[in-house]
Amino acid sequence: MGLRTPLYQTHVDLGARMVDFGGWDMPVNYGSQIEEHHAVRRDAGLFDVSHMCVIDLEGAAVRSFLERLIANDVAKLSIPGKALYTCMLRESGGIIDDLIVYCLGEHWFRLVVNAGTRDKDLAWIREHAQEAGVTVKERRDLAMIAVQGPKARAKCAALMSASDRTRALALDTFFGAALGALFVGRTGYTGEDGFELVVPAASVVDWWQRLRGAGVACCGLGARDTLRLEAGMNLYGSDMDETTTPLESGLKWTVAFDRRERAFIGRRALEAQLAAGVPRKFVGLVLEDRGVLRGHQKVLVAGVGAGEITSGTYSPTLERSIALARVPAATGTQVQVDIRGKLLAARVVRPPFVRNGKSLLGA
Amino acid sequence: MSNVPPDLKFTKSHEWVRVLPEGIAEVGISDHAQQALGDLVFVEVPEAGRKVAVGDASAVVESVKAASDVYAPVSGEVVEGNAALAETPEIINQDCYGGGWLMRIRLDNSAELDSLLDARAYEALVASDAH
Repeated sequence: MGLRTPLYQTHVDLGARMVDFGGWDMPVNYGSQIEEHHAVRRDAGLFDVSHMCVIDLEGAAVRSFLERLIANDVAKLSIPGKALYTCMLRESGGIIDDLIVYCLGEHWFRLVVNAGTRDKDLAWIREHAQEAGVTVKERRDLAMIAVQGPKARAKCAALMSASDRTRALALDTFFGAALGALFVGRTGYTGEDGFELVVPAASVVDWWQRLRGAGVACCGLGARDTLRLEAGMNLYGSDMDETTTPLESGLKWTVAFDRRERAFIGRRALEAQLAAGVPRKFVGLVLEDRGVLRGHQKVLVAGVGAGEITSGTYSPTLERSIALARVPAATGTQVQVDIRGKLLAARVVRPPFVRNGKSLLGA
Repeated sequence: MSNVPPDLKFTKSHEWVRVLPEGIAEVGISDHAQQALGDLVFVEVPEAGRKVAVGDASAVVESVKAASDVYAPVSGEVVEGNAALAETPEIINQDCYGGGWLMRIRLDNSAELDSLLDARAYEALVASDAH
C-alpha cells in the first residue's frame, strides 16, 4: 500500500484505475485518458495534486536565504501573491528539483515541490535554512487540486462567494491570493489557463465534489502527462535529474544570472559550463511516421552522434507522437529514432507543441 | 472487473479466439488486456497470406502507455487482418470482442483449440493476476 491523498477513496469510488506514482497510490485515468485530455483543452478538468509537497518558509532572512537556494531570482517576487518557476541546484549545477515559489508576505514564502523528491528536498532545505535562521514548515495539513482548461476559472469561481469570485478572477497568471482558508493560484501544468487550489486537507473532498458538480471532468496522471508534454513542460526524473544542469534541460530561461553578486548554489558550475560550451541541448521531436516515441529511446543524428529521448508520448491534440530529447548541440532539424529496432524519422522543433488548444507545428 | 464471454477461448497472454465456420479462428485481445493497455493509438495487423505458428508475435497494439505484441493462439494462414483498426484503433477499447477483432486465421490443426483456456479458466487467471 502506497501513500494516499485525502481523495484516495473518492478516486476509487469514481472507478479510477490506480497506480503507484513515486510511492503514492494515484489515479492514472477514470476511463479514457484521451477523453480526459480533450476535456482540459476544450473545457475544464480536475486533478488531485495533493501528493505534491507544500513547504512554508518564514523568518526575517527568508529572502536572502532564497537568493542562495534557488537559481531563479526571488527579487522578481516583488509583491505578495507573485509566483515563479525555478530549479534548485547542487554545487555541481545538477538539478535537485524544479518547483514553484510564492511570495505570501515579506517574511513568508511558500514552495511547492515534487512528490517523488520530497524527502531529499526537505533535507536540503532544512540543512541550509538552519544556517540562515529560517523556519521550515512542511504543510501536511493542506491538500491541493488543479482545475485546468479554458472554462476552468469560471467554473471554479462560480462556486465562491461574490467577493472571493471577484478577487479570484482578477488574478494575473502566476499570481495567487488567500481567500479565507482557500489559497488560489493562477498556475498549472497543462498549458491551459486555470487555478491550483490549496485547501485544508479536511475540505478537499468537498471541493472536489462541488467542482465535479459544476461540470469539471476528473482527470488522472495519464492525461496530466500528455497535456504537460504538449505544453513543453519538463518532468523531473524524466527530463532532468541531478546529473543534468538547467542549461542541458531547456531551463536556461529559469536561471537568473544578471545580478552578479547573487551567489546562488550551482552558479559557478553553470558559468563554467557556459564558458566551455554546453555539449548537449534539449529539443522537441515530432515523429513523422506511425508509432510512439518513448523515454530512453536512442536518437541518431547523422554525422553528429547520438542522443536520447527523455519523455515521449502520443499527443491527443496533434494526433501524432511527440517527445522531448537531449541531443548533441550540433543537431539540426532531422533525426532518426530507434523504436524497437526500427529507425523512424523525426523532426526537431522548439517546444511547446500546443498553445491555447492549437497546434504550433505549422504542418 | 473485466468481461469474459463464456463462448470464447483464451490464452494466458490475454488473446481470445472465436471459432468461425469453415475452420477460421477469429482472434483479438481480451477486455482485461484492453483495460490494462488504456487508450489504443496504433494497431498493426498481419497481411492476408502470412503464415503464423502458435506463439508467433503476429500483431502489435500500441497504447499511449506501451506497445504490446499479440501472439498467435493457433497456427495457420492469415486470411484477413482488421483494416478498420488503422483508422480507429479505439474500437478495441470500445468493443474488444466484436468490432475490435484483430485477425482471422485459417486453422492448420483444430486440435490446437483444445490447448486453449476456456472462459472459466481465463477468469480464474485474471482474478489471480489481480493480487
